[in-house]
Amino acid sequence: MSQHSQVGGQDELITAQPLYTPIKRRSFFMYAGATAGATALVLAGCSKDDTNNNMPATGTVSLGSGDVGVLNYAYALEQLEAAFYAQVVKTPASDFMPNELAYFTQVAAHEAIHRDFFKAAINRDAPGKAIPGLTPNFTSITFSSRASVLGTAKAFEDLGVAAYNGAGKLIKTAAYLVIAGQIVSVEARHAAYVRDLLDSTGKSFAGDDQVDPTTGLDKAMMPTDVIAVAQTYVMEKLDASTVGK
Amino acid sequence: MDLFKIIDQLAEVDADVLGRFDSRRAIFGSLGTAAKRSALAATPLFLGALFQKAYAGTTGTTATAVEVLQYALALELFEQDFYAKVKASALYTAASATDKAAIDQIKKHEDSHVTLLQGAISGMSATPVSGVTFKSAVFATLVTFKTGGAATSQLGIAQLLEDTGVRAYKGRAGELLGTDLLTVALQIHSVEARHAAKIRVMRGQLAWVNPADDLAAHPVYTSGVTAGSNPGQFGLVVPAYTTPSPTENNTTQSAVPITTGLGTTYTASDAAAAFDEYLQVAEVLDNSRAGSLIGA
Repeated sequence: MSQHSQVGGQDELITAQPLYTPIKRRSFFMYAGATAGATALVLAGCSKDDTNNNMPATGTVSLGSGDVGVLNYAYALEQLEAAFYAQVVKTPASDFMPNELAYFTQVAAHEAIHRDFFKAAINRDAPGKAIPGLTPNFTSITFSSRASVLGTAKAFEDLGVAAYNGAGKLIKTAAYLVIAGQIVSVEARHAAYVRDLLDSTGKSFAGDDQVDPTTGLDKAMMPTDVIAVAQTYVMEKLDASTVGK
Repeated sequence: MDLFKIIDQLAEVDADVLGRFDSRRAIFGSLGTAAKRSALAATPLFLGALFQKAYAGTTGTTATAVEVLQYALALELFEQDFYAKVKASALYTAASATDKAAIDQIKKHEDSHVTLLQGAISGMSATPVSGVTFKSAVFATLVTFKTGGAATSQLGIAQLLEDTGVRAYKGRAGELLGTDLLTVALQIHSVEARHAAKIRVMRGQLAWVNPADDLAAHPVYTSGVTAGSNPGQFGLVVPAYTTPSPTENNTTQSAVPITTGLGTTYTASDAAAAFDEYLQVAEVLDNSRAGSLIGA
């Protein structure tokens, strides 16, 4: 997919979550556009066999290239989700409904498993190529508020689904694709459930804002577009420009 | 969907398409909202052209892609007919407004998936499978809407169908490695997972597959070919089957024991729930699963 259409995809994603997105919509959109353009320029001068030491002089964390890049990309997103849910469980919102803490405790375990699994898989299959542990930046989230927590969870889960859906075709090793498929459906289940918690219509679990009402297709986003959104929640600067390449 | 790519496809079929606009940018302007753009991208004609181009000149890959699409279409037709039967039933009529809205939303997606897959298959110069229905005699035995097990409840069966669908799409993803078609399959796959989660919640189950499910012992959540099948009845091609797929309570992924092998100890329930498992075609169509429910 081209960068052009992905910017359009961003537009739709932001529209889908106006209540909870902690970024100003216009400033974010400008940022996303600038990133897409900058990425295209970087790619023009980028060779496929760059060494992947993950920590260039600028302090940027490169997710790397090829399949390892895709695995690191997933590892980065799972780190983010796992850290978020760990904090949710550690400091539960005072206005959680019954059973919601129990729900988030299970989701926290799933995401921690995903994070730890990717770390183990990368260290086994590509020793030395795993990105470091990332430092979350959750200053935009009010963990004491159910609305803030659920809104963020919804945004993270929908973003995760779109990320795996978009990254699938970048994967060159069938075994990795199977693993990604095994995880994305769990993320979609999380997304559907957290949407359901916020819903009074019965339809939000796969609402028209997320699943195209004409095609019945969920969202798919490319790595640079996903990272542009996820970057808000990570202290380190992430570079996804070579993922899958 | 990549609109520019689609426009380029269209331009090859209809050289005048770009002539009607000043530039590609103008096309965006005239198309207006994102919703209109995605509606255009969703048109089966466009999709068919896209897929045909994507697979042109690679006969072997095209044949595989068509087989995968036909299989997906058969399962979507099956689900579509099931939900049509639900919506025509008195039990649905008596359900709550939000429950009806959920079923309507799911049915809408199954309709869209059928239309999209039919268009894609036609676009690849093949004839879409048809006539795949949920057995009326079995449906007649479903005497409750959402309470009770799979044998007697509409949503019990719905849970089995949706969770099977999620496993089925996973089972063929590898055959679409590296293609745009894979993206479409994944975009359907995650919608099926959302459906499954919603049906489960409506039934009072957890949204994810876990050993404490009331239907955990059903063959849909295990694996293997045990009861025979008749996959040829719709002209479907069944890839060679040799070894049972992992069961849903599997706690080892990529040779890593999830409960004990990650530095932190996790419960078997969490380890199983964190990963969904695939099923192969022969297993999905086995009479212990979808096979016995497909028919007139």
